[in-house]
Amino acid sequence: MSVAKLRIYRGDSNGGQEVEYEVPIEEGMVVLDAILFIQANYDGDLAVRWNCKAAKCGSCSAEINGMPKLTCKTRLDTLPLDKPITVHPVKTFPIMKDLVTDVSWNYEVRKKIPPFKYAEDTDWKMQQVDVERSQEFRKCIECFLCQDVCHILRDHNEKNEFFGPRMMIKIAELEMHPLDIEDRKPMLREAAGIGYCNITKCCTDICPEGIHITDNAIIPLKERVADTYFDPLQWIITKIKGS
Amino acid sequence: MANGTAQSSVTLRTDAWWISPLITAIVLGSFGIYSTWRAFSNVDFLVQPYLSPFYSPYILASWWPFSPALLILWAPLGFRATCYYYRKAYYRSFFMAPPGCAVKPMAKSGSYTGESKFPFILQNIHRYFFYAAGVVLFFLWVDAFHALWFEDGFGIGLGTIVLFVNVVLLSMYSLSCHSFRHLVGGRLNLFSKYPTRFKLWEKISGWNEHHMLWAWVSLFSVALADLYIFLLAKGIITDVRFI
Repeated sequence: MSVAKLRIYRGDSNGGQEVEYEVPIEEGMVVLDAILFIQANYDGDLAVRWNCKAAKCGSCSAEINGMPKLTCKTRLDTLPLDKPITVHPVKTFPIMKDLVTDVSWNYEVRKKIPPFKYAEDTDWKMQQVDVERSQEFRKCIECFLCQDVCHILRDHNEKNEFFGPRMMIKIAELEMHPLDIEDRKPMLREAAGIGYCNITKCCTDICPEGIHITDNAIIPLKERVADTYFDPLQWIITKIKGS
Repeated sequence: MANGTAQSSVTLRTDAWWISPLITAIVLGSFGIYSTWRAFSNVDFLVQPYLSPFYSPYILASWWPFSPALLILWAPLGFRATCYYYRKAYYRSFFMAPPGCAVKPMAKSGSYTGESKFPFILQNIHRYFFYAAGVVLFFLWVDAFHALWFEDGFGIGLGTIVLFVNVVLLSMYSLSCHSFRHLVGGRLNLFSKYPTRFKLWEKISGWNEHHMLWAWVSLFSVALADLYIFLLAKGIITDVRFI
């Protein structure tokens, strides 16, 4: 039976190091299987957060060979096995233990986004064509891999200036809702810091749900901000129309 | 180990992540050098009935002492420079902000402002460059049809085909623009009220998914169309007449 070598980061906020393990490969094995094998057979205290093992709960995010991925969705046979596979915790958020990080910042930021707001006389009948666009964003499993790979949060640590891609799709979901009447553009420009995003599309590249974060959420939001703040022609048209 | 996270290196990626930004830098840089040389040269751009796209529309202004191409090229240059796809390409390749996903950017932490400050805040006027480039595109279509009329009457030469292919690819690049997609229908929340705009938005969204492809093929086609006419003007090659 062939074996895979895994170099897993072991440590906490005070520091740590990679520890190498050998795991027998079975057909269809994913990285999370290998981690659970290590936990069961070598180091019972290896900390890893996981739940559904079906790429739907968003718990098992980690960095496999340096790329943010779900460990439950990354098959060993998609990785080069001639070298050890490195598994690190996500870099953007503070490490708690081994592969577990504290992602609570995301939930705090989420609270700053104004919720869905409707008009008093709302007719609740909606056309599918009107809600379809927002439904793409509801596929988000909050794995926070997009937040992890975003260089603004990851390397520049601008967590006070930019909400991150996950929050941008949340805002897009609300802004594009046919019955929502809240205007989040001032917040997008100021507190959410959409101007910080420079469209390098890493969030889209790594999204395990295949959400077109940049093309369908961030760029349309940037364009809506441009309508209000950077386009005098749109401003005049809006004034003439009186809306 | 900043902020209690587990990584401090440039990247833990083991794949050849640097190839893509390197190729982009070489190709975009080569195009920049070639187009600058051709724009300033002010010679070998017209071989009846073919006019180089770099000099279209041909402006003969006595008050302008420099190459007429400089009166035109600011529009397509601005359109490409502020294009959402090219922004990704050159931010990664030239600014290394970041050079790859989960790769440390070149800028120091604390100095990054993205597109929220001058000069990059000007990316928000992309739509105005779209309008200006649209005017140039109109004249390129006129040139393509003009290339059907030789001194001896109607005809089709290889140059005619080159100019038509070029203008079709440039049109696809322009029509798949993110700003155009937004202006046509993306800014609406109630598609069901505007069925024509919704259908257009759907069509443009389909083209927009391949915006990167259109960006590259149209870049090559415009350079090759100019090169073809340059070689004809120099007498290095002769045009092939099919009709």
